Amino acid sequence: MTAIQAAPKRGAGGRTTAPRGVAPGTGATRPGERDDRRRRRRAREQLVAWAFIAPVAIYMVVFYAYPLFRNLDLSFRDYTLASFITGEAPFVGIANYVEVLRSSTFWPALGNTAVFTLGSIAVQFALGLALAVFFYRRFPLATTLRALFLVPWLLPLLVSASIWAWMLNSDSGVVNAALAVFGIPQVNWLTSPQTSMIGVLIANIWIGIPFNLVILYSGLQNIPDEVYEASSLDGANAWQTFWRITFPMLRPVSAITLLLGLIYTLKVFDIIWIMTRGGPGDSSTTFAIWSYRLGFGGGSPDLSPAAAVGNLLIVIAFVFGIIYIRTQRRTEDEL
Amino acid sequence: MNARTKRILNTTVGVILTAIMLFPLYWMINVSLTQPERLRKDPPDLIPINPTFDGYARVLSDQLPYLATSLIVGLGTVALTLVLSAPAAFALAKLRPRGGGAVDFVMLIAQMIPGIIMAMGFYLIFFNWGILDSVLGLILADSTLAVPFGVLIFTAFMSGIPEELMSAAKIDGANAWRSFRSVVLPISRNSVVTVSLFTFLWSWSDFLFASTVNRGGALQPITIGIYRYIGNNTQDWNAIMATAVVASIPAAVLLVVAQRYVAAGVTAGAVK
Repeated sequence: MTAIQAAPKRGAGGRTTAPRGVAPGTGATRPGERDDRRRRRRAREQLVAWAFIAPVAIYMVVFYAYPLFRNLDLSFRDYTLASFITGEAPFVGIANYVEVLRSSTFWPALGNTAVFTLGSIAVQFALGLALAVFFYRRFPLATTLRALFLVPWLLPLLVSASIWAWMLNSDSGVVNAALAVFGIPQVNWLTSPQTSMIGVLIANIWIGIPFNLVILYSGLQNIPDEVYEASSLDGANAWQTFWRITFPMLRPVSAITLLLGLIYTLKVFDIIWIMTRGGPGDSSTTFAIWSYRLGFGGGSPDLSPAAAVGNLLIVIAFVFGIIYIRTQRRTEDEL
Repeated sequence: MNARTKRILNTTVGVILTAIMLFPLYWMINVSLTQPERLRKDPPDLIPINPTFDGYARVLSDQLPYLATSLIVGLGTVALTLVLSAPAAFALAKLRPRGGGAVDFVMLIAQMIPGIIMAMGFYLIFFNWGILDSVLGLILADSTLAVPFGVLIFTAFMSGIPEELMSAAKIDGANAWRSFRSVVLPISRNSVVTVSLFTFLWSWSDFLFASTVNRGGALQPITIGIYRYIGNNTQDWNAIMATAVVASIPAAVLLVVAQRYVAAGVTAGAVK
């Protein structure tokens, strides 16, 4: 994930407006000729640079742009099983989008996507921040323990989802067994429409904590020690220090963490599909799950409506993506 | 409270928090060793009493082809990702191509596209190309998880290589390709490791592409192997968890051998 690198800003302007013919009249060549040669050399350098980039550029067109285009095209057609054989699918305009918007699944899916995304990132962030501040205290074993916290993030999602599915099992799950100790009756975590969303949320929050912890921890490292020293000289207690100093100074990093979390959580598919398949009914169906279920969930594939749902999802993701990039640029400027 | 007691207290709390966080992993191992007929017991056994290795025996008898496929797909994805992203990043970082900023931007945006949308596009395209249900198709699809990441990580790292080193190579008569091969690539070893590790892990963990563009293939990865287990007999959690343990090995190895690269990969550039 992540990779929001801080690539150096390279304006196209810098080199092209480099001073020309700095020392007129020196040497045998006239400035005009030298300009010419320099221009040719620069063109050659550009050619070499783009020769290195060409494979990836072609790759991005064939394996990103083209699938996206096919997906968009698909959403405006009526693609059926017969289309696979004939290769033809009638153009139907926005009919698929109308069908999706009118579907009884639309509003539940929208609500679930919002609850799942916001619920996940809010709790992940709060817990990740608390843990980051805790581990920042530098005590014996802190580094090792912090490293162990990363494990859930590295596991295949399918593995994590399977573990949680069994732990939250109604009859034999360890979670219900633990609750029973406190006299809480059996909860049908994944099989009841009232709790299935909570079940998948718990699993997804568990997976997301490490990411939040690591990013926020590195944000803490960037707060200069002098600030803390000053605040302790002023007699601030730990609570005041956190709310007056740590939290405000972490704001840029927090914004990035939350937005990244938002973009990645919108995409989550594996967890929900393994644990509940979006059910029971539509109770844990998000846009990503709905799209998959229409296209690949078994029965006859409804690829065209599936593509339409996917495209709605991409619009949401891009809106937040743009906000993210703008926030990140601004953060870089501030730092 | 003196500093010493405070430190001990912190460590104790830290250990307890870590134990809570890692409990699901313990539970996976516990269940993988529990005899199937004891799995439905209420309350469940907290430690495996009379542990059984039958689950692991079943992994060996059923899942080896899946594991081998995952390994091949993972290595193939790593190779493809490195070949595509390292040279491009070198150009972006050191050769100052016009339009380089746009390439960066595209890489950033590309990572935000939900996988399900890519999967549907790939399904149609691979069908046309006749590589649906093939290892090649899966490698191509999985590489999209890593190529933009690779370009961005490599660019960030290579930008930090001193300009003097590049000029020195140039004075020695090295052309761009030679500078890349003999100067930049050897220095960038750490970022090569980071990108390779993450690429392998993502490819190994992929379920979405495997279940769409390779849903009917003869060679399927381990995620599909586990999914089949879950689908076929939900009773057999002992074998499912044993497979899950085996499928987690690359993540464990990665954490042990390359811990510092992991943190580097997570934070790479997200924070300066």
